[in-house]
Amino acid sequence: MLCQNCKKNEATTHIKRVINGEATQSHLCSACAQSLGYNNFFDDFTFNLPSLFSGFFDDSMLALSESRLERCEICGSSFDDIIKSGNVGCANCYEKFYSKLLPSIQRIHGRVKHAGSVPQSTADVVVPKEKTTEEKIADMQKEMGKAIEEQNFERAAVLRDEIKKLKGEN
Amino acid sequence: MNWYRNLAEQGDICLSTRVRLARNITQYPFPARLSAEQKREVGEAVREILKDEALQFIDMTSLSPAQTVSLAEKHLISPEFACDTQGRSLMLSEDEDISIMICEEDHLRIQTILPGLSLDEAFTQAQKLDEKLGSRLSYAFHSQLGYLTQCPTNIGTGLRASVMLHLPALKEKGALHRLSTTVAKLGLTLRGSYGEVSEVSGDVYQLSNQVTLGISEEAAIKNLNSIAMQIITQEKQARAALVKDDDYLDRIYRAYGILKSAHKLTTNELIKLISFVRVGVSEGILSIPAEKLKELTVTLQPATLNAAMNKALNQSERDVLRAQRVKEELL
Repeated sequence: MLCQNCKKNEATTHIKRVINGEATQSHLCSACAQSLGYNNFFDDFTFNLPSLFSGFFDDSMLALSESRLERCEICGSSFDDIIKSGNVGCANCYEKFYSKLLPSIQRIHGRVKHAGSVPQSTADVVVPKEKTTEEKIADMQKEMGKAIEEQNFERAAVLRDEIKKLKGEN
Repeated sequence: MNWYRNLAEQGDICLSTRVRLARNITQYPFPARLSAEQKREVGEAVREILKDEALQFIDMTSLSPAQTVSLAEKHLISPEFACDTQGRSLMLSEDEDISIMICEEDHLRIQTILPGLSLDEAFTQAQKLDEKLGSRLSYAFHSQLGYLTQCPTNIGTGLRASVMLHLPALKEKGALHRLSTTVAKLGLTLRGSYGEVSEVSGDVYQLSNQVTLGISEEAAIKNLNSIAMQIITQEKQARAALVKDDDYLDRIYRAYGILKSAHKLTTNELIKLISFVRVGVSEGILSIPAEKLKELTVTLQPATLNAAMNKALNQSERDVLRAQRVKEELL
């Protein structure tokens, strides 16, 4: 889509506003958006400027990220998608691209450590992560110990074999 | 308490206080990656949890365009939310002091809006709903980054608190540019609140917190409150000085005269004239209930007028009706 103002460049800034009783959208290139005064990043209510979020990223970061095609397992977003749209795909993306997002987060907020309230039900859940083999073995060993205590030797034997298998894989 | 029909503390300068909490649910990708069907699922989940609250559930696609835009004109939803209603829903209280936008930029935008300067109260109300929703939903949260949001500018507390300030006297003094630079250094933003960026009509500005990560909710609210109070004090002093000037006094009376006698009034003209009249009222020069002025600027906006009349009036018809309503209220 071309910029509605200069009709030359690709529109990257999409502004949604209510003018004279109607909801309208304007599509501008970044130069026109800047010259028309739409440059407030934090306008969360009147304007929607997600694409300007990409301004927080260094161009060099884009060029250098050799793992550009790496995608989030949950929503399928790549880091490129996030930069281009200004939208993070899902909660897991923050975990997946943590180190890449951190410099921009630092630039936006000046700080990188949450200091506010914590949800009451769950202290720290993003999306449950796949456990490492060591963690799985540790869990099973715990369960096996319990099974032996309860004299459930059949279950303990099954666990013992599974642990052996996992150790072999490792 | 409805924000545009009532006055409250510092109500002659502070028109409203708004608090908004951005929340997302772990089970779903953020809204930009959701289908309309999934958005509806989120809406239903929220509806179920809040069924005992006095909130109306509104499927946004069930509203007429005028009704939708009217909600944005009243600051109950964002223009962005009004532009695309597919799969989106809203929970709204009768007084219009609570509005929860479902699947706007984030799964949940819990908003409270109150008259006057009442940050603590607005925050407490929003927090109560947040706790209720959070006890049943698994919020997207990260130990380092706090509440996770679709746009990284909102992560951390997800809290955006703002006050709408009427600052004609500071504007007249040419103090606003400096003021906006100063508040920026303190982590706040000051900008026009009718949507303009360069020229702010009606001299109404919005002061809000900018940083959401690394600062607690309480600290952000306290900071905003104390700076808002300082600006209000400055505006009061500037107003007292301003009305000693005959030229400015003349503008107040002329504005009042036009409001009482015009046959047509555009929204913009109304907002500009009321700005003068409001100073006259706060300085004891005119005796009009100040809440009436606020109500007129909100309820006589184009879509709100059309929605109330349940008609598609054209601009000229609206301008006539608007002038007529103003006359009825002011005479």
